[in-house]
Amino acid sequence: MAVLEQKVVGMTGDEAVAYAIKQVEPDIVAAYPITPQTIIVERFSEYVADGLVKTEFVAVESEHSALSACVGAAATGARAFTATAAQGLALMWEILYIASSLRLPIVMAIVNRALSAPINIHADHSDTMGARDSGWIQLYCENSQEAYDTCIQAWRIAEHPEVRLPVMVCLDGFVLSHTLEDIRTLPDDAVKRFIGKPPEVRVKVEVPVEGGTEIVDAPYKLDPWAPVPLTMGTFAMYDCYFEYKRQQEEGMKAALRVIEEVGREYGELSGRYYGLVHPYRLEDADVAIVGVGSSMGTASVAVDELREEGYRVGLLRIRCFRPFPVDRVREALKNVKAVAVMDRAMSFGGPGGPLFMDMVAAFYGGAHRPLMANFIYGLGGRDISVADFKQVVKTVYGDLEAGAVREPMRYVGLRG
Amino acid sequence: MSSARLKLKDVLAKEDLLYPGHRACAGCVAASVFRMVLKATRGPTVAISATGCLEVATSILPYTSWKIPWIHNAFENAAATAAGIEAAFKAMKKKGLIDEIPDVIVFAGDGGTYDIGFQALSGALERGHDFLYVLYDNEAYMNTGIQRSGGTPRFAWTTTSPAGEVIPGKLEWKKPIAHIVAEHRAPYTATASPSEPMDLINKVRRGLEAEGPAFIHVICPCPRGWRFPTNLGIKVAELAVKTCFFPLWEATCEDGEIRYRLTGTSLAIAKKPDLKLPVEEYLKLQGRFSHLFKPERREELIKEIQAAVDAEWNYVLKRAGLA
Amino acid sequence: MASEGMPFPPSWREAPMGGAAYKPSTLLRTGTWRLGLKPVVDEEKCTGCGWCHIYCPDGAANLVDGKAKINYEYCKGCGICAEQCPAGAISMVKE
Repeated sequence: MAVLEQKVVGMTGDEAVAYAIKQVEPDIVAAYPITPQTIIVERFSEYVADGLVKTEFVAVESEHSALSACVGAAATGARAFTATAAQGLALMWEILYIASSLRLPIVMAIVNRALSAPINIHADHSDTMGARDSGWIQLYCENSQEAYDTCIQAWRIAEHPEVRLPVMVCLDGFVLSHTLEDIRTLPDDAVKRFIGKPPEVRVKVEVPVEGGTEIVDAPYKLDPWAPVPLTMGTFAMYDCYFEYKRQQEEGMKAALRVIEEVGREYGELSGRYYGLVHPYRLEDADVAIVGVGSSMGTASVAVDELREEGYRVGLLRIRCFRPFPVDRVREALKNVKAVAVMDRAMSFGGPGGPLFMDMVAAFYGGAHRPLMANFIYGLGGRDISVADFKQVVKTVYGDLEAGAVREPMRYVGLRG
Repeated sequence: MSSARLKLKDVLAKEDLLYPGHRACAGCVAASVFRMVLKATRGPTVAISATGCLEVATSILPYTSWKIPWIHNAFENAAATAAGIEAAFKAMKKKGLIDEIPDVIVFAGDGGTYDIGFQALSGALERGHDFLYVLYDNEAYMNTGIQRSGGTPRFAWTTTSPAGEVIPGKLEWKKPIAHIVAEHRAPYTATASPSEPMDLINKVRRGLEAEGPAFIHVICPCPRGWRFPTNLGIKVAELAVKTCFFPLWEATCEDGEIRYRLTGTSLAIAKKPDLKLPVEEYLKLQGRFSHLFKPERREELIKEIQAAVDAEWNYVLKRAGLA
Repeated sequence: MASEGMPFPPSWREAPMGGAAYKPSTLLRTGTWRLGLKPVVDEEKCTGCGWCHIYCPDGAANLVDGKAKINYEYCKGCGICAEQCPAGAISMVKE
């Protein structure tokens, strides 16, 4: 099948997300504004006001209610979308766990922003990294084109019957959300065809009948016309809770496979292939930069410049952070001797940043264990330049020569 | 304003939409109220519960007592969850996927309504979603052990407002939740008591028929938390109404104008004030007020409660144009 | 607590998705909760008004052939029906 003809539209990251969601046309969008996500909500409201979408826009009174409304809607089998950042995501925290545990395929765009205090509206990953245990699939985008593309793929991933988990599509605040980019957009009908109808999932329920009970197959949704009414959001004692958590994990495992499948299918349509990880010039690299998000674009320029200078360096951008793609990461870095793990968030008091801890765990127990050096950068929107990345790589070369990582955690661009 | 339509025989013929075998306490009036409310459904219905007594009692895995689709999300977001469900069905209807929009009923306790659930309720009211919110008010956070809520009446004993040597129970007044909802210009707001089931059932039906948000505040005496024998739940509710501690009224809002009218025994009392009993008749049945009577009678506190009840009664009379 | 032994499937794989409930509570005979007293209907006094059915928290009082009939499998013995019966046809009696 040939790659589709795509219209190029100049849009910011927020606008690209809003546009993608317009093409998806979910049943409801329930959202509360927070910088730097506001443009998504505003642009979508305009589509609604102009009658361009049949989506019900619910202008909820808080982010907690935004996700709660999405849970209610998704429970009826409807497609539900929301978007938020930082404090909004933090406010939704308890509902994140409920959404994933109820196996609801909600899609949420997170415009990555630093968590207060001090209040800061700029890009860092403390918000979504703080939610990494919540059972949501987390995909980090390098640019607004990817944000557009991922907002379309997310539905196929979330709704896959073996996955049935909600998806966070992450894009850096201001850097992507408010910066204009040329976005190649698919035609409306191609998007609708790609996402299709949500596949139905069923559960076996025992119901009373004359003289006893019988087991019936019921669709997993709130449907007053279904022959069997479903009860969702139940109470579990210690005798059965554990099993549901194990089941959720199985959804995450399936997601590793499904994300790659969907990324491939999308590539055939658009010419842009997506996977769990995006390696760059790693084939013969001694040192690799590993990280998530938009700064990996900057890092790739540093990689090219360092290559010109004779360094054998490469980059591994991790696109899918949850589930963590252990096999793909090990494969990509199998010949690398030392890794600069870039964390745009901290885990206070931890043995490293969130990505660093996952990287070290991923390699523990494997035959090949490159040196891992942790670099904390970009908190609260602190900029990171090509020169900064080059310095990071040279520092890691120093560690390689010394035979050990000389400092467990380093900070890039910090005063003092 | 439509008059009562459902008769007892209609109600007796309607199947129960709550299975027996649920884990509510013996004598739980909230369970009776749920059964009464569900007798008033008129077609496809979806229910949402906030965390609380009847949520837990009807959904302990693997068992359910619900014969209609039901979801529990969290404690403070029943109204927000209902908003999402209502919006989803609206969207489905717009897209031609369904022919009619089901009735959406929220069942939430005083915990999930007066306090932690207040924001979500207020937001859903402001946005005008078409749903019915049933507040089953047992006047404390009963499920977690009888802790005080914004709905606990003044001087009631609870585990976080105990009647001690120095402080005689909860010092704050009961939040006037139904009036607050009416002031949101909700199309239909009402108070109801399980001691007048047909009044309650018809109010539920009118609430379902109203286009937009409807709210019914139901008093639910709790034998465990209010400390009275399990067989007296309905009697206690009856006295709440007869002493005007809990007046029965409904308020509609059309064209921005809020109109109150009294119903049931409260209307009878308005017409014949002699019928009004002293609030003491209500208080003395309940162990949670026993410190007002023993070891010594606290006359000044009882008088305070009576004065507040009278003030509220006069307010309601005035709103209903019967002062 | 459950009247029917171990109600869960042997493996986590078989647990119905998302914790959806999968058995009706009718399988739980709450009649075992009674503490020695049960309501008994005097059919001669019973007028078949149906109020006991309305008031019962557990739906354990039903009209059968025009007379109140208590479902002892679910009746928790609270006594509300006896208290409310307008005809005084129900009394709480030692089991």
